[in-house]
Parts: sequence; C-alpha cells; structure tokens
Amino acid sequence: MLRMQPFETHYPTTIDEAVTHLENLQGKAKLCAGGTDLIPNLKHGLHEPQAVVHIGRIKDLVTLEETADAIEIGAGVTLHNIAHHPLVLKYVPGLATAADAVAGPQLRRMGTLGGNLCLDTRCLYYNQTYFWREALGFCLKKDGSVCHVVQGGKKCVAATSNDTATMLLCLDAEVEINDASGPRWIPLPDLYKSDGADNLTLLPTEILTKVRIPKAKKNVARKEGFAKLRHRKSIDYPMLSVGVRIDLKDDKTIESAALIVNALAAKPRAIKLAPFFGKILDDEVINDIAALAQKRCRPLTNICDDPDWRKEMVSVFVKRAIANACGTHR
Amino acid sequence: MTVFIPKKVNFLAHGTTVPNPLEQNQDTHHSIGTRSRKVDGAAKATGETLYADDISLPGMLHCKIKRSIRPHARIVSINTKPAEDMEGVHAVMVGDELPTKYGIIPWTQDETPLAVGRVRHVGEGVAAVAAIDEETAIRAIRAIEVTYEDLPPILSCEEAKVTGDTPETKVNDKAKRGNITKRVDLAFGDTDDAIKNSDVVVDGQFYFCGTTHAAIEPHCAIGHMDARGLLTVISATQVPHYLHRDLAWVLKIPANRIRVIQPAVGGAFGGKSEPFDLEFVVAYLSMKCGRPVKCLYEREEVFYAHRGRHPMEMAMKLGASTDGTLKGLRSEIDIDGGAYASFGLITAYYAGQLLTGPVGYETYHFTATRYYTNKPACGPKRGHGSVQPRFAFEILLDMMAEKLNMDPFELRQKNFVGHFNETVNGQQMGTLGLEKVLQSVRTASQWDQHQKTKQRGRGLGVATSMYISGTNYPIYPNQMPQSGVQVQLDRSGRATIFSGASDIGQGSDSVLATIVCEELGTELGDVQVVSSDTDLTPVDLGAYSSRVTLMMGHAAQEACRSLRKQIQEAVFNFWQDDEVAQTVLTEGFVPKDVLLAGAKAFYRYDTQLQMPLAKAFQLAEAENGTLGATGGYRTQMRGGDYRGGTIGSSPAYSCTAHLADVSVDEETGQITVHKIWCAHDCGKALNPVLVEGQIEGSTYMGAAEVALEEMHYGPNDVRHGMLVGPSLLDYRIPTTLDTPAIEALIVEEPDPNGPYGAKEAGEGPLHSSIPAVANAIYDAVGIRLTRLPFSPQKVLAALREQRQAAAGANGQTQPHSAPPPSTNTTVEAETTS
Ligand SMILES: Cc1cc2nc3c(=O)[nH]c(=O)nc-3n(C[C@H](O)[C@H](O)[C@H](O)COP(=O)(O)OP(=O)(O)OC[C@H]3O[C@@H](n4cnc5c(N)ncnc54)[C@H](O)[C@@H]3O)c2cc1C
Ligand code: SF4
Repeated sequence: MLRMQPFETHYPTTIDEAVTHLENLQGKAKLCAGGTDLIPNLKHGLHEPQAVVHIGRIKDLVTLEETADAIEIGAGVTLHNIAHHPLVLKYVPGLATAADAVAGPQLRRMGTLGGNLCLDTRCLYYNQTYFWREALGFCLKKDGSVCHVVQGGKKCVAATSNDTATMLLCLDAEVEINDASGPRWIPLPDLYKSDGADNLTLLPTEILTKVRIPKAKKNVARKEGFAKLRHRKSIDYPMLSVGVRIDLKDDKTIESAALIVNALAAKPRAIKLAPFFGKILDDEVINDIAALAQKRCRPLTNICDDPDWRKEMVSVFVKRAIANACGTHR
Repeated sequence: MTVFIPKKVNFLAHGTTVPNPLEQNQDTHHSIGTRSRKVDGAAKATGETLYADDISLPGMLHCKIKRSIRPHARIVSINTKPAEDMEGVHAVMVGDELPTKYGIIPWTQDETPLAVGRVRHVGEGVAAVAAIDEETAIRAIRAIEVTYEDLPPILSCEEAKVTGDTPETKVNDKAKRGNITKRVDLAFGDTDDAIKNSDVVVDGQFYFCGTTHAAIEPHCAIGHMDARGLLTVISATQVPHYLHRDLAWVLKIPANRIRVIQPAVGGAFGGKSEPFDLEFVVAYLSMKCGRPVKCLYEREEVFYAHRGRHPMEMAMKLGASTDGTLKGLRSEIDIDGGAYASFGLITAYYAGQLLTGPVGYETYHFTATRYYTNKPACGPKRGHGSVQPRFAFEILLDMMAEKLNMDPFELRQKNFVGHFNETVNGQQMGTLGLEKVLQSVRTASQWDQHQKTKQRGRGLGVATSMYISGTNYPIYPNQMPQSGVQVQLDRSGRATIFSGASDIGQGSDSVLATIVCEELGTELGDVQVVSSDTDLTPVDLGAYSSRVTLMMGHAAQEACRSLRKQIQEAVFNFWQDDEVAQTVLTEGFVPKDVLLAGAKAFYRYDTQLQMPLAKAFQLAEAENGTLGATGGYRTQMRGGDYRGGTIGSSPAYSCTAHLADVSVDEETGQITVHKIWCAHDCGKALNPVLVEGQIEGSTYMGAAEVALEEMHYGPNDVRHGMLVGPSLLDYRIPTTLDTPAIEALIVEEPDPNGPYGAKEAGEGPLHSSIPAVANAIYDAVGIRLTRLPFSPQKVLAALREQRQAAAGANGQTQPHSAPPPSTNTTVEAETTS
C-alpha cells in the first residue's frame, strides 16, 4: 500500500480556529475537507505538508440556504448533498447535475464543494507515484524542471478538472474567502489563474468558506446544462467538462448566456457568447456556438493522450450540454 | 521451419452424434447440482476472512523492494550502505545474493528474484530492505544508490525481430536466436493449397492489446525462518506447490525444510500463478535477520509483476467452399512477451493449439512467435494464450458468413468438430455442446426477431469458443498424481477434507465440500475444508488451466467413495443384526442400499429406516479403525502424436457461445454493450450458483477488454518503456455502470472424463465475449474493427472511412480487408530444451 509521510494534524471546530492554524503554520499546512483529492496526492508525494488542518468538523461550513436573491452553500457541504438538495434542484439544477457527475458515489459522499473548487490541477505525468515520476523524470510542477506535455515549456499546463466550477462559473457565482482579517467575497473567476503549478489565487493562509449563486432574473427562463466526457460512466475525472447557462426571453430569444469548457488547462475556459445575445436559440445557433467553442479550445496531452479527439468532442459536448439544458426546463 | 503433421480429416457429418455413455447412466444427486452458497462466502462478506496482509507475526519486519527506473540497463553499482546505516533497518539484499535462475516452465528458467547485473524493464526489483515499518523501509530503498548504464530498450515485436544479435540488444540470454522466446510452426494438411482451392476466402490483420488481471488483492507474502530452522512462506499465490519447489531451488534449502501456506486469496486470474520476487525476498531476508518479514505490493508493483495477457499481432486467412465447409485456416502470430518467459512457451502453443474446435476446418497451419521485450513479462490471464486468436477467428467467421450469405449460427454448426471426435491437430474431444449453446443464446436474445427489426446504431453479434479442463501433462514431467486429497471423518459426523487445491475465489473449497456431501451424506456446514498448505495437504498442482474442478473433483470422489463403502458396509452389518431393521429390510439387501444424505444413513427402499450419520461413522470406525482415505487423479496420455501435440490436450473440453447487444455512439465513438448472453457447456454444474458466477465474471472480464482495458506504454517519444498510469484510475476496469447486463445460461453435456460429468467453467466463458461484441458493432454500424482496444478514436476513424467509401462507391460499403498473411517464414523453429 502507498504510505504517506508523517505530518501533524489539527481539527479546528470553527473557521476562526482554522484560520489561526493557517496563520501559525505560514504555508506549511494543507487544508483537508473530504480528503478525496488531498489524500491520494499525499500518497503520491505531491504535497509534503508539515501539518494537515482538517476542516470537516466545522459546523459553519455545512450550511445550505436561500436568501432573497441567491443560494448560499457552505464549502463543507458534500457533493452528494448538493446533488440531492431540494433548493439546489429547484434553483441551480445544473449544479446538481455537475456535482452528481463527480467521481463515484463513495467519493461524492466524502468530497466537498470547497474541495472541488480548490482541487489541484491534474496531469498524466503528475498524478503518479513518486517512483513513476522519478522513472520518467520529475516535472516542473513537482520536484523537477521540465514539462512532458509542452516540450521545452517553462509553464505548467496541468488541467483543472473540478466539475462544479464548470457550472458555477456559468452561474456568476461568488466565493467567500476567510483569513485572519475576516471574510470577503470575490467573483469565482478571480479564484483561478492560468499557471498549472499554482492555479489558485488563494493564499496559504486563506480558506474558501462559502459559495453564493445569484438566482435568475424573474423575467427570463433559465436553462442550465452540463455534459462531461469520460471513459467510464463513473469514477473517471473529466476529459472535458462543459457547462452552459442560457437565459431566454419569451422562451426562445437568448437574453444572456454563458459557456464554460473545463478540463483543458489550468484555468476553466469561458467562451464568450455575447455575439449570440438577442438571437433565437435554434439549431443553427446551437451549431454556431458549438463550432465557436471548438475553435477556441486547444486541448493538450496533459490529461489524455489524444488531443485531436478531445478537440473534436468539444462541439459534441457543447451541443449535449445545450440539449441537456433545454431538456431540463422544457 | 514448418513441421508438417500428416492428418486424416475425420469430422463427423453434420448432425451425427455419438451416444454419451453418461447419459444412459444418470444417477440422481442430492448435493451435486443444488444451488448453495460458497462455504467461505459469509466470512468474506463479514470481513472475518484473513488474507495474507491480515496476518501479522510477532516481531515481524516490513520489506520494500527497490525497483528499476530504467527499461533496459546494466547495473554498474549498487550502494546499499546508506540504507544499512539507517535506524530501523534490519537487513538489505541485492540481486547478486540470489543468482539462481528459476521459471515456472522448467525449460525456460530465465529470471532471478532481483535483477542480477542487468535490468530488463521499468519496475524490476533491484534491491530489498527489511525494516521496522513500511515508512522506514521506503526511506531506506530511496537511500540505496544504483548506477545504471543504459542499453537500447526493445519495446515491440518489430524492434525485437531485428535485434538480439548483440549483447546490448539481447533482452534475455535465454533467447537462443535473436530475441525469440519460442517459435512454433505446425501445419496440418496443405493449408495453402486448401485456401487456394477455396471458393470464398476472408482474411484480416488483427491486434489484441495487452491487458492485466487487476485482481483486487495485491500480492503479499510473509517469510519466517523459525527457531526450528523451518522456513514458512505464507503467500497470496495460486500455485503453492510450484512455489515450494522454486523456493528450495533458489534459496538452496531442501524442500523438506520449507512449508508454504496459501491463505485466502482475493482474486488472481492467472496473475499469481508463478513465483514472484517478493516470495523469495521475504524468505531470504527472514533468513538473514531471523525475524518474520512481510512484503505487500503497492498497486503499481502489481502492474510490474504483470504476467497478463500477451499483446498479439495476428494475420489470419480462412477459406471455405460455397456450401460453407471450412477448408483451411492459416494463422501467423507475433507475441509480445515482455522481459521474461513466464508461461510463454505454452502461450506460443496455445495461440494455435486451442483454436481447432468447436468449429473445425480441414487443414490448419499456424505460426506463433513469442519475443522478449523490455516490458513487464506477460503470462497467463484467464483464457491463457487462446483469447487473442479466438477474437480474430470468430470475426473471420462472421465475415465468412456474410460473404457466403449464410446464417452465422449455421456456419458454425455446419463445421462443428463433433462429440468424441478428433480435431485437425489431433486433440481428442469429449462432449461439446455447440448446438445447445448456440440455440440457447439465439432463443434468449431473440436474435431472429432482431434480424427483422434492426436499425442502424444497434446490433447483435455472436461468437463461440472452447476451452480445456486442465492439461494432460503437468508442468514438470513426473508420474505422480496431479491432484490429491485426504479425507478424515470424525465421530461427531463431521468430515474434514485436506486438499492442496488453491481457492482463489473461484470456489474450489466449496466444490470439495459439495463432493464430500454428495458422497458421504454430510451437510455443508459439517464439512471442514483444509486447503493449500504444503505441511497439511496433499499436492495439487495449482489453480491454472481450469484444471481444479475436474482433477481435484476426481481425487475427492475417489477418497470419499472408499470411505463411503466402509460406512455402507458397517451400517449394513449393523442392520442385518438389528431386530427392528429386520422387519423393514427386504430380501437381497446389500451395502449399496444404504444411502448417505442429509446427515443421515437411510435404507434405500424405506427411508423410515435410518440413523444419524454420526452413528454410521462410529459403526464404521469401530469396524475399521480410524476413518481416513486418500484419493488422487492422474491424467491419461492423450493428444496429437507430434512434438507439441500434447500441449492443449485435455481430459475434457468446455464449449461456449456469447451473444452481445451493442450500440455505437456515432458522434463520440463510444461503444455501449447493453447485454451479453452467455451459454456455457460445463458438462455438469456441480453448484449452478458457482458456475453462473464464473460465467458472469468471465464475460465481464472479456467485455472489459473490448474498449477500456489496455497495458499502454506509449507514446514512446516521451515514455520509453513506461507503463502509462499503473493504477486502477488510469487502467480502467469497468465500473458497475459500464458493465453490461449478463445472462448466464448453463448448458450441460456431461463428459465421461469429468467428475459427475463436470468440465471447466472458469475461463472458457471469457473467450467469445470479445468477438461477439466486435461482431455486434459490425451489425450495428457496419464497421469491422480488428484492433483492440476499440477506442472511440478508432471507432470514429472507421466510421469516417466508411462514409468516404460510401461516397466513393455509390453507397456501397466495402468490408474492411487487410493484406494476406505472409507465408515466408524467415525465422527457424526453436527448440524447447
Ligand atoms: C477516483 C477519483 C475520481 C475523481 N473524479 C472527479 C471528477 O470526476 N470530477 C471532479 O471534479 N473531481 C473528481 N475527484 C476529485 C475530488 O474527489 C473532488 O473534487 C472533491 O470534490 C474534492 O473535495 P474534498 O472535500 O474531498 O477535497 P480535499 O481533498 O479535502 O481537498 C482538495 C484540495 O482543496 C483544498 N481545500 C479543501 N477545502 C478547502 C477550502 N474550504 N478552502 C481552501 N482550500 C480547500 C485542500 O487543501 C486540497 O488541496 C476525484 C477523486 C478521485 C479520488
Ligand atoms: S503540464 Fe508539464 S509541468 Fe505540468 S504537471 Fe504536466 S508535465 Fe508537469
């Protein structure tokens, strides 16, 4: 069995306590929520923290409530609970679908929303044992200085594969960040940057505590759809994760819309749909959106050996996400 | 050089059947054939069962093996000093300390426990450490410094063919010529001529990628040299007897000072059917430091131990006359063996020898060459050696049926080799339920209805196969039984059966208990099975070649029947002198009229006359002394009368048909297998629940090899000899959601050579599931996929090609065709000794 190198553990029960630990440890700690990403990574020697701060006992992180104009979900709510919660199913069904598509049933009962949003990036050459990485030659994301995906590359291009981010980005979500100075809200896109070796803007002293998703405007019909490309129908990380949100006026005209293609690189890719606003959502428009997305996406060999196929699949899965969206509410 | 074997073709005409001697003499059974739980099922479900890693001995140390990070290199130096100096490290060893070569096949002993002088694949063991805990052992092996001098890695058959003439490019010294482990070239009749004179010929170039077993329990072993000087090795193996022999051979300790125990095994599938580095290493380290030493593989190490299915590149050509009679099959196969021979000598034979039934042909010429390459060694995986050519051949049959405009069932039935007949390569068949298995899947799947209503996108496909129930010859030549048991009866009415057979999850312990119940009248709960412990149990050669039920079953029958006779006679004598019994017994009362069942002894003609089994045992013990008996099974000498003719010869052959219902997503290229019907002729289902379990498990495992599983090493520019993702995340075994519905249909054509007519059920029902899916894909969308795995990319490419062909040829689609197999043989036959 793979073993983890020893580390000290802390079990805070409040957010303040957790933040204090992070302050004290100054970058030498890792947060652990469900641990479904962290533990395999520790076993692979990808992180070598001095301490692990377990935040699974903090009650304030497992709230899920409705406000006048938004849904607010605590970072510690499990993906399983999100996928089955009546409020989520009512207001943000796309998020329920995305959460339900993560990993497999056991992992969704452990894995949390916060952990999913803060998931480490993935790469065929990185998510491997120490032995394997040593045999291949360590890469610049961990222990080495070269990139095996982009020959001669100086920047890591490992991919985010957080399925809930795909959907939340379409829904203009914001996240609450806590540190010693207290909470603050940032738009979700600001959480990510394009460096695969370090794709979160979060500091080691900060915790993501809450996600807020604004409700749709009253005068539009909101369509949310999600589609995911993977080899097996369960367990597998996405090779593509596509989310779409379309707000329709008079049930056919696009008032506003958002499209995210994820699992390509370090930062989820937003496809700008502004040119389609005001148009009627018909087959031609759907095909145009799919073609545009395909043109904009350039898969690499970071998480799958065959980027050409993945590129071809972009338009297929954009269409499927839109079909799912339309099927959901029509 | 091709060896031509003269052969008179001797097929039975279609429809003729030879009476089966068993059919006229069907006894009624009370235990055999009933659906019962596995004797070890409840303990496994509750977690009571102890697997190797659950065992912990006082003072036990933990071992880790340092593995090669190079695919092919000379070991210049190993500095173990930093590890030895670490606190908590008790012993360190390197390959040079155990230089004796071993190998499961006595003629190809070509490996050492740890690398000596040279590493041949990434992940090969180089040094090992015993330490106070695993963490310390891991730190210690990382501290060991190994200096390598790289050699050119040989990573494919293509590369292996043109190398091996210099020491630098010779992967394994055992190769007499180039990098060849073994070449077999056998011809039965004039195949070239038969194909030339055929009315219809189909051919293809097929590829079967390598796959591995992925048993859930990783290999684990504990070695303990105790105060008496007895070495005990506890190991998750499926061949305790061969391990016993090889431990003695390599460690240079007499075998009578070694005991091998196989605890419960969490799956093996052929992946634990020869000795592995850890078994020698824990034994040796224990000898060095005088404490028990345990080694548990990491999942990644299981992938490097491998011995899984060989990649095979196969060119096949099949000819027939217009009436569908198959005239000849030409097959040429390149086998990518990996760094060591393993069972490879047999693999090369099996790749040809097991393809001659249940569908036969008049002439046959096959060539199979296994090459050494710098990858983990391949070996036997469920359906050893024969799954790959079966895949190719059954697709060819589908192509042939289409070309002949003939029903694929009819084509197979027409060329049935027949019951109790001899195949083109001289194998003697017993019963073969081809007709019944075909009919069974045809009816269950509503095939005929589908033909009328089928629509593009969804299709059905059929395929058949046959498999051995053990081999007539043991792996090392000897005159002793292949399987032995010992039975002991207690005055309480309990029975204990001691057997060397390895239960690896397939249920051999349960089969033994069922046979004891059948013969001695005990109930399942009253039977204790003691298995696979070389100190306690008679030898059984191991769980491979689907030999266990047949061979161990015969041995158990023999032992139990001699005890039954004693019990019947004792009860007979008692009742003869008993006044009450006298009033019931009729004239002509003989010992055989005493029946044993349900923990009682009965009088056959009036079951009111009965006694508890315990009393019957006591009467027998009083009369005969302590109750115990042994039984053993020896095979008859069978098989073709030519070199290699005995390989593939078996006491009995099973027969299978698969029918798959598949749809193809033409946008993504992904295949969904909705359902597979599998009808399997196992002779006699000793316990139908176990047979269904084997049919389902085999069919699942086959279906898994269609699109998901592959031992993938590329792309080579980046990863020389590196297995991509040696983990159960990257090596994708199907989840429940990816598993088709499977309907197991048991067919029984009892074979006179099987106990109660039983034949194998553990490997046969894997073979044809793969070509059935391939044929169903063709039925669904008209593409002929011949190269596994059927990845979405390959499906899309074939569909694209189809559209182009359709555009070019005015709507006509051309079946995929490939260059004919080359008949020029450039490499000469290798000798085996
Ligand atoms: C076999 C397998 C398959 C998987 N498949 C998928 C998949 O298909 N799609 C997918 O999206 N994910 C997948 N995952 C990843 C993972 O299970 C999920 O992303 C899950 O949601 C992670 O949540 P967690 O609570 O377990 O995170 P953890 O493992 O506890 O944490 C993940 C990371 O986030 C950090 N973190 C956690 N919580 C916070 C917080 N509140 N604030 C700041 N940082 C935080 C941790 O320090 C860590 O670096 C898979 C995992 C496995 C093992
Ligand atoms: S993209 Fe390059 S640097 Fe980043 S993890 Fe993969 S191989 Fe390493």
